[in-house]
Amino acid sequence: MARRWLFALLLAASTTVLGAEALPVSPDPELERRVMAIAEELRCLVCQNQTIADSHAELATDLKNQVRQMLKSGKTDREIKEFMVQRYGDFVLYRPPMKTTTWMLWVGPFLLLLGGLGILLFKLRLRTKRVVDEPMVTEQHARARVLLAPATNNQSTTESI
Amino acid sequence: MARYLLPLSIFIVLAGFLGYGLKLNPREVPSPLIDKPAPAFRVPQLHAADKTITPEDMRGKVWLLNVWASWCAACRQEHPLLVEFTRRNVVPIVGLSYKDRREDGLAWLKELGDPYVLSAFDLDGRVGIDYGVYSVPETFLIDKAGIIRHKHIGPLTPEALERTLLPKIRELSGA
Repeated sequence: MARRWLFALLLAASTTVLGAEALPVSPDPELERRVMAIAEELRCLVCQNQTIADSHAELATDLKNQVRQMLKSGKTDREIKEFMVQRYGDFVLYRPPMKTTTWMLWVGPFLLLLGGLGILLFKLRLRTKRVVDEPMVTEQHARARVLLAPATNNQSTTESI
Repeated sequence: MARYLLPLSIFIVLAGFLGYGLKLNPREVPSPLIDKPAPAFRVPQLHAADKTITPEDMRGKVWLLNVWASWCAACRQEHPLLVEFTRRNVVPIVGLSYKDRREDGLAWLKELGDPYVLSAFDLDGRVGIDYGVYSVPETFLIDKAGIIRHKHIGPLTPEALERTLLPKIRELSGA
């Protein structure tokens, strides 16, 4: 008897450890799949870096129920997202729409990348110009030859530049 | 000297942005409901389950909708301020008991005082969803025409009340 209880206890403990994913509430797997697909696009406002699919906050559970109910009543994905945005703002979407208030968010990184590339190209061109612009005079050539002159005979082949 | 000027100015601009960012509260998400009609609802009253309450009841008045729950620690912190505010008789506050048990809510009001003219009872949080509530307490300022004019997220503070809420209330009551 005691062993059976221990087994049950261990089993219960193991499910709490493994139970990271929310258990499906509805018996219809297709409906649950759609609920989860939408839930992964929606941000949980209680724990802001989680989707409501991942979050176990009470609000996230409520919102998943809301999504499930709306899907059951024949609402489209778009209508459901619209419903959420009306209440919680664009912040609720993990992929915010392109609007006047959000274009910097979308375009900003690429602008920075382009700017960086521009600066890099500018600097590189400046450098090659500087190298080309300073021709060596014959005296410098002679000096270089002396400096590079071999200390021993067997390196004499390197002399001819 | 000039070669340090560019990195230095970049650093100053960056530090300015980061410093400003430190002062912002990332948990405060601006509500899309500002300047929109307060979402309609009809729910039972907290004190009388057989009576209902709807925002229409407050039409023609400037009023506050305070979302709270007995399980919410920040609400306990905020509550004395609400009680005092009601004593000043500025505008009525309607309470929305959010996802709470009726007896817990009633016991709370008995213990800490009841600042609300009316209390709505939102057991399943449906009204909360319609109002975009995500962290109790939250307080909405609604004008005479039933338009939401301001939302305060988190417990009200004396500063927020004096500096933001009261000037807005005066402005709306005068118009």
